[in-house]
Amino acid sequence: MRWTAPPLVCREAVELVSDFLEGSLPRRERRRLERHLAACDACDAYLEQMRAVIAASGRVTADDLDPDVLEGLVTLFHQYQQES
Amino acid sequence: MEDAELLDRLLGGDETAFTELVRRYHSTLVRVARYYVGTEVLAEDVAQDTWVAVVRGLERFERRSSFKTWLLRICANRARTTAVREHRTIPADPSPAVATVASRRFDEGGMWVDPPVPFTESVEFRSDSGALVTAVRAAISSLGEPQRSVVTLRDVEGLSSDDVASLLGLSVGNVRVILHRGRARVRDIVESSTKGNEQ
Repeated sequence: MRWTAPPLVCREAVELVSDFLEGSLPRRERRRLERHLAACDACDAYLEQMRAVIAASGRVTADDLDPDVLEGLVTLFHQYQQES
Repeated sequence: MEDAELLDRLLGGDETAFTELVRRYHSTLVRVARYYVGTEVLAEDVAQDTWVAVVRGLERFERRSSFKTWLLRICANRARTTAVREHRTIPADPSPAVATVASRRFDEGGMWVDPPVPFTESVEFRSDSGALVTAVRAAISSLGEPQRSVVTLRDVEGLSSDDVASLLGLSVGNVRVILHRGRARVRDIVESSTKGNEQ
């Protein structure tokens, strides 16, 4: 008879969510998590929170560049062009 | 405009192409450098040296990797050299197994007693998705290393886990563990801020 892993509890499920979203969970673990999520609204909400955090991270824009830094780099660029 | 097109223009001596690339990537360079070196000032120096090296070496860039990858590798190599010179210890690899959600939120059987609520249902984020971005940005800034660099490079900059691992000198497995903990911490901080506002 094939050994089946016991169902996950919530405390275990939350530790798998990031790897699940990365697509890096082994197939058996992924299925265990999917079974748990299908039956657990709270862990499904946790997954949604994590998805929202990752999506919002992707919308964080780079810090505005200090104009002095940019000016200094453009000066270096011109110096190099004159040398070469 | 794609990086490749900007590179073509840069090779022709176009200054605006250079400033556009600097605008796109300078803060990422500083982030990578800061992981290795001790201060923001040193990280800024490493990033600026990287641009000089890029302009000097541009004609030798064979485009077998993306410009972004090439640029970040130059920066990481320079930052490592600087870190060795200043005898700096790089942030340690993760310690094994720590719970990322407070144990008081679960009962003895490991089920939620204080379950999370989707951010889309919280008052401050429901009507203003920009507020969530602001909260996430602040939470990422408050992370310690190596979580801050890993989360920034993977989730903010969108680099692959393989690229993050190679730039920060970590194994892909460790990147996954650090990313998991960093994301969980960001989620926790953002969630706490919504609960604080409800009271």
